[in-house]
Amino acid sequence: MKRISFFAMAALIALGAAVYAQDEIKIGVYASLTGGQASFGISQTNAIQLAMEEINKAGGVLGKPVKLIVDDDRSTPGESATIVRKQIANDKVCAILGEFASSRSLEGGPICQENKIPMISPGSTNPKVTEIGDYIFRTCFLDSFQGEVMARFALEKGYKKAAILTDEKQDYSKGLSQYFKENFTKNGGQIVKEQSYSSGDKDFRAQLTSIKSTKPDVIFLPGYYNEVALVGKQARQFGIKAPMMGGDGWEGDALLKVAGTSLDGCFFSTHFSADNQDPAVQAFINNYKAKFGAVPDCQAALGYDTMRLLAQAIERAKSTDPKAIRDAVAITKDFSGVTGKITLDANRNASKPAVVQTIGEGRFKFVENVAP
Amino acid sequence: MNRPKTWLLLSILAAWVISRFQGAINPYYYDILITIGINIILGVSLNLVTGYTGQFSLGHAGFMSVGAYASAMVTLSVGAHARGESLIFIGALLVGGLSAALAGLLVGGPSLRLKGDYLAIVTLGFAEIIRVVFENVEAVGAARGLSIPVHTTDFFWTFLSVALTIYVVVFLVHSTYGRGFLTVRDDEVAAEAMGINATKYKVLAFVVAAFFAGIAGGLYAHFKQFIHPEGFGYLRSVDIVVIVILGGMGNTPGVIIAAVLLTILPEGLRALGSWSALPEAIRPLIQNRMILYSLLLIALMLLRPQGLFSTGGRLTKWLKRGKGAAA
Repeated sequence: MKRISFFAMAALIALGAAVYAQDEIKIGVYASLTGGQASFGISQTNAIQLAMEEINKAGGVLGKPVKLIVDDDRSTPGESATIVRKQIANDKVCAILGEFASSRSLEGGPICQENKIPMISPGSTNPKVTEIGDYIFRTCFLDSFQGEVMARFALEKGYKKAAILTDEKQDYSKGLSQYFKENFTKNGGQIVKEQSYSSGDKDFRAQLTSIKSTKPDVIFLPGYYNEVALVGKQARQFGIKAPMMGGDGWEGDALLKVAGTSLDGCFFSTHFSADNQDPAVQAFINNYKAKFGAVPDCQAALGYDTMRLLAQAIERAKSTDPKAIRDAVAITKDFSGVTGKITLDANRNASKPAVVQTIGEGRFKFVENVAP
Repeated sequence: MNRPKTWLLLSILAAWVISRFQGAINPYYYDILITIGINIILGVSLNLVTGYTGQFSLGHAGFMSVGAYASAMVTLSVGAHARGESLIFIGALLVGGLSAALAGLLVGGPSLRLKGDYLAIVTLGFAEIIRVVFENVEAVGAARGLSIPVHTTDFFWTFLSVALTIYVVVFLVHSTYGRGFLTVRDDEVAAEAMGINATKYKVLAFVVAAFFAGIAGGLYAHFKQFIHPEGFGYLRSVDIVVIVILGGMGNTPGVIIAAVLLTILPEGLRALGSWSALPEAIRPLIQNRMILYSLLLIALMLLRPQGLFSTGGRLTKWLKRGKGAAA
């Protein structure tokens, strides 16, 4: 048996002969390029690459070109840790851009922390991610913030009675419901009914019947687009006219296709709106479209911002030393990205505005920015 | 002293000696080495059920998850102690293994009266139930997953477990029990007619395999430091079945080599994908390494349906020399 592991080692060492070049800045990216969540992983990596090309065209960082080391984790638990070890040990990256999926950031994070390499996650919303340690950052807002934003927005709209329909299988959904409820009731609103379903359900009539009898002004529905679209359709068939509200899980083309017009006039909070007329945002959208032939989604926008934020931090650090980069990232203030002005707080989380969008004419429409 | 025991002691000694120098091993290769160890344990233990006893199980990842969660809970409830860390770790691993064995007994008892496809479906169902349970129990982190703050799994513990797994499986197969396993595999009706209690042998193989899968789960949890129910899904079980089939059913050395190959292959393809001398035209294909990986699997199965290393092969004979004494 030992013979075998010696063979294995010899084979590995032969495979891993990597070429080191000192005149570029190496940044690791691990993402789900294949597997269940590949659609988000690919758009995010595309946007990171777009940002890198723009940075290099403008002269690079510290006068050196940026080189991305992109590795695929197959959307599978277990691979992220291996990849992060590879990028640190073999590719000698000076910083790592993490996953949008919290479960995979939680796997790669401890290794970055242990090796003192800064890691920035563009889209992991689980609070635990940045609690790993002082080298782990995120550039998206937390679920608690989305719940708060929608509660405030609902009250501003004059809705007093809300019903909540939670996806009990998704932590994300549970978190949003909890924070919505807290903020809504604290500021004078009333929760008239709480119901739940599980991801993958197709029939929501039982929950909707019980919600209908309480006549809510608004239904808070913080799920993912597949179920949200079906809930919307079935609610309208049932004669429930109350508007619905949700979070960034709504944002998917499938929502519009499946729901048709049944969700028109409903609202959801998200990271980014393609309607934003800011020239920087429009330039990003056009460049992304030209290169990849698709409209960037919110994960793409977050990836783009994260790469540029990191490049700016390295520039400020005037060094590729991971410790110096960490310190520079930590004091990021009012970085203006396509997802809004980003400031990193003491807990290494981003404080930034959320966007409220509505649905109409078969597309998502910008309503307002809600500051933190 | 008989030869298998000598080999066991020698390999434990070798594992200990190498573990003294583990700090010098590149962390990436070290990660792959530990993963190889864990996959060998999974493959060799499943081979006892699938290869030697002829029962098709699709639930091995389920047992692994029971071991991973049980051992993680032990570590988390004891808390971090610098002293006695190894002792706590052994305890955690054993609790993991025993919980998985208990799960194996609970599932195996009633379901091993079933045969072939039916058993595969029951074991698959079991693994899915376990996954859904872990996904919904708040105490183990539910769908958020569970972080383990220590990483106690090292080269020594992993390869000690590998050596013990191989030893126990080889020992069992070459004992009276082994004859029972093989008889049940070859013809269950004839075995029953000869007075062999087929269910007893099947349950035994199942429980032993589940125990080692649990150990592998414990090692995994304390190495990756983060476990998530998704990681123990049906695809993970299939990965282990592939190791067994590729290695050759009922061929322990073959399964070990298959575990090594199938762990290195995806990483090797990753390295190949970023190789600078690669022609640009075929780079996208190589970078989609899972397509290539699957193609290689198909090709291997077409060329060697009996497994990579059939029992008559020269390599197998060479590898078997040490264990031949007990045969």
